[in-house]
Amino acid sequence: MNPSLREAGLFAGLILLVAGIFAWLGAAYGVRMLVEASCYAIIALGLTIQWGYAGLFNVGLMGFVAIAAFTTVLISYPVNDVFWSGDGPWMLGQAALTLAIGVAITLLLSRSTRIGVPKGLRTALTLVAAAITYLAVQGQLDPAATLIEREAGFIGGFGLPVWMGWAAGGVVAGLLGWAMGRITLGLRADYMAIATLGIAEIVKAFLKNADWLTRGTLTVSPLPWPVPTPQELGFVASRSAYLAVTAVMIVVLYVLLERAWHSPWGRMMRAIRDNEVSAAAMGKDINRRRLEMFVVGNFIIGLGGAALITFTTIFDPSSFAPLNHTFLIWVMVILGGAGNNLGAIFGALLVYVIWIMSEPVAIFLFTNAEQLGERLFGWEAPADLYTRALQMRVFVIGLTITLVLRFAPKGLLPEKVVKYD
Amino acid sequence: MPLLEMTNIHGGYGGANILNGVSIAIEANQIGVIVGPNGAGKSTTLKALFGLLTVSEGSIVFDGKTVTNMAPEKLVLQGLSYVPQEFNVFPTMSVEENLEMGAYVRRDSFRHLIDQVYDYFPPLKDKRRQPAGELSGGQRQMVAIGRALMTEPRLLLLDEPTAGLSPRYMGEIFDRIIAVNKAGVGILMVEQNARQALALAHRGFVLAGGQNRFTGTGAELLADPEVAKSFLGGGADHA
Amino acid sequence: MPEAGLLAILPMNELVFFLNKVVIAGLIIGSVYALGAVGVTLIFGILRFAHFPHGDMMTAGAFVALVLLWMFPGVGAAVGLPTAFVLMPIAMAVTALLAVGLDRMFYRPMRKSGVKPVVMVMTSIGVMLMMQGLLRLFAGTGTRQLYADTDDKDIYRIPLGGRDLVITEPQLMLFATTIVAVVALHMFLTRSRMGKAMRAVSDNPDLARVSGISIDHVVRTTWLIAGALAAAGGTLLALDVTLKPDLSYNIILPIFAAAIVGGVGQPYGAIAGGLLVGFSETLAVFNWSVLLRPMRPYLPEFIEIPAKLAFVPTEYKIVVPFFILIAVLIWRPTGLFKGRVNN
Ligand SMILES: Nc1ncnc2c1ncn2[C@@H]1O[C@H](COP(=O)(O)OP(=O)(O)OP(=O)(O)O)[C@@H](O)[C@H]1O
Ligand SMILES: [Mg+2]
Repeated sequence: MNPSLREAGLFAGLILLVAGIFAWLGAAYGVRMLVEASCYAIIALGLTIQWGYAGLFNVGLMGFVAIAAFTTVLISYPVNDVFWSGDGPWMLGQAALTLAIGVAITLLLSRSTRIGVPKGLRTALTLVAAAITYLAVQGQLDPAATLIEREAGFIGGFGLPVWMGWAAGGVVAGLLGWAMGRITLGLRADYMAIATLGIAEIVKAFLKNADWLTRGTLTVSPLPWPVPTPQELGFVASRSAYLAVTAVMIVVLYVLLERAWHSPWGRMMRAIRDNEVSAAAMGKDINRRRLEMFVVGNFIIGLGGAALITFTTIFDPSSFAPLNHTFLIWVMVILGGAGNNLGAIFGALLVYVIWIMSEPVAIFLFTNAEQLGERLFGWEAPADLYTRALQMRVFVIGLTITLVLRFAPKGLLPEKVVKYD
Repeated sequence: MPLLEMTNIHGGYGGANILNGVSIAIEANQIGVIVGPNGAGKSTTLKALFGLLTVSEGSIVFDGKTVTNMAPEKLVLQGLSYVPQEFNVFPTMSVEENLEMGAYVRRDSFRHLIDQVYDYFPPLKDKRRQPAGELSGGQRQMVAIGRALMTEPRLLLLDEPTAGLSPRYMGEIFDRIIAVNKAGVGILMVEQNARQALALAHRGFVLAGGQNRFTGTGAELLADPEVAKSFLGGGADHA
Repeated sequence: MPEAGLLAILPMNELVFFLNKVVIAGLIIGSVYALGAVGVTLIFGILRFAHFPHGDMMTAGAFVALVLLWMFPGVGAAVGLPTAFVLMPIAMAVTALLAVGLDRMFYRPMRKSGVKPVVMVMTSIGVMLMMQGLLRLFAGTGTRQLYADTDDKDIYRIPLGGRDLVITEPQLMLFATTIVAVVALHMFLTRSRMGKAMRAVSDNPDLARVSGISIDHVVRTTWLIAGALAAAGGTLLALDVTLKPDLSYNIILPIFAAAIVGGVGQPYGAIAGGLLVGFSETLAVFNWSVLLRPMRPYLPEFIEIPAKLAFVPTEYKIVVPFFILIAVLIWRPTGLFKGRVNN
């Protein structure tokens, strides 16, 4: 089939589906769904850069989303005066100073081979310095954390505009990606998957347990919005305004990515992805280029994640169930068509709509199954049947991934082969 | 009837065809040598014969049986054996284990064959507990050939058995190959050291661009001024 | 007598506490990791991809043992061992077949169509999500006991003056099983025809094929071994602690760390790696103040001993395998036993 016709057909179908949901569940619900879907679309664009363009395997999406969301909270949440008027900032400053000094000493020691220190001794000294730094910082941070938690709850934010928070979130996610990429990009692909999985778990553990910084399980809310809130404008209007913001972001990102993709830079990237060996033979620094992709991708993932969490108005570190949502986004990208920006956006919207709708469907099915089982065999359903029913959705994500990879590895909107001479 | 008859073979690695009509025929107990410039498709010809890539056109008959596109593990049972150009040993396994892996398809006792390999290649006997990856290039080549002999093949395919070896080792390997041939094993080998190889060949094949350019006995090819000029470097006289 | 004097100064109580909390606990969790990591490393070596569902396979194995326990509750009492342990060989066999079945259904078709390794990893993640969904669907998310009411959990206390050294029955069974598994695996890989063929495929798959080794048989054997060991690890862990359906991520990261530390494709490395990661975890979360407190009288005044002095708070335990992993990737990507880094 003609690809543009196919695109038009698929998007028309999607619009019909969304219109149906609007009619059925109302505008307020429909717009909310669209905002969330558009945030996922931004994240999916970031992932399609990494996977579709560069073939990089990021399993830690939710870690990057969480760290970006936290950065947004830190930048744009209102200032906590109790914290700033107490001893907290002073104690944190001391800990930061200790950290800086310790890191500097450790780094110097790690270079000490240049002044003739033997390698073994260098390594030993570096490790000792790192351990001492770690213990010293921990020793100063612990009382500070206790004090802050007792007196002020948590440190609060800086009260800056939300867009700065989002941008900072993107940057922090990008930096974390840079560190991960530096370590794993030269190694086999699996290592990157494992390392990003690990980073996601650690970020989650940290955000969940560092109460002084994030309020941990107490959660932070309400997060400020970049547009007037529902209290001021009513649900439909304010959510529509939010949707306008995310839609503009998608359009801007899309245009930029398409232009980059058709530039000489994009051509080189494709050359690297499609034939690593000959690209390397042509003297391209493959891992550098890939690192660029990984960082840019993470920046966009961070942006989308920040927008998504801001929209929910609550920062709850324990809500970043890393893998399920991570792979929901993966399904969006590979089902939509890896390497095709439009495909990523389409996949994100479609999959999110299905995902949202699957919850009532799953519960409906299980309630029926329960009643049927009771009537036919006197089966007594376990009490946690509903939560179990929702686990079915995890199964479906997994099944979709395996099926798409096997039967439609190019997705619904396959990457267009770019012709150049 | 020839032991091996490849007729007009076409095929490649998925993209464009690399082989555009290669024909090779040798009798039982003969030595056949394939020569040609780099990238001519010599290795590809052996791989096509050994079922490692898909032949799109042409036929391969071995010992009266059509074996076109037969899987390597089946060809081993037919009496063919193949030593690749590179990565032709199991590096972390000992020399003796390498030989045992050569005999993987055998269900009978093969101790005497291991001893026979040690007779052909005495240096291996002392190194038999050593990982093959730690041997010198020449010794590794011996392990590779020894591994391929463990199935008692009728035809042994060798891809550049002397590549990268010093002249002393090269002569030794050629001697061993002749000894193996004398014991009743047909040989089809690709060689860069074209003169030395053609000198011991019953049949020679010059490939270029995935096609036969010249075919004849080893002596005929060595004597042919065309072959000498284009493929052997220098005149035919100073052999 | 000098010795008695020395013994008297030695803080026996605290040392035994250390033995219990670090050495024994590390050996236990390290053995579990090792049983998992051997499978992961074999799959890595032969099929060349990171098998993410391995943690769920361990859990599945333990659940098979649980179902067997419901079916034949009396078996254990007859032998005098925990029922689940007696039935473990069956659970291992079932899980091994399950692993082969998963390969047939999901991995083999991808392999045959010659996809890139990274696509295999993705597929394995898809399988992981499916297994997780099914496990939680059928088993819920609560924890369960693998000890039947009829079994009694023997606890051995070895008096060492002061506190006792405590070892439980399932811990002993875990050690025994790990040792038997290691020895059996060693014999298999170095003596048997199939074991050597596995090493050959791991070394050089193309040459193995050319030698007439059936890759399909080798792959099947790999899954059988990996599945069986995973079931053993999962069952024994569940016997020692409890059976949790969502162990998955918490155990797969240390297992990967163990496999990579040991060198990918190196079964002995995986065992060493498992123990290393296990000990690192227990050492990192151990409260060193316990050992320092008895030294109080001998230390200068100005040093205070904090109430808690651990390298890593227990909540951050997951950080430990991760840092080991990162450190190895930075300084020695081949692992301590020289595994393969590239495809
Ligand atoms: N695995 C492969 N995939 C794709 N193309 C290949 C592959 N192996 C070889 N080729 C291509 O096939 C052509 C013939 O290669 P082949 O290895 O048969 O050459 P050769 O005659 O053996 O050369 P040499 O003397 O250098 O070994 C070359 O152009 C090469 O680039
Ligand atoms: Mg060649």
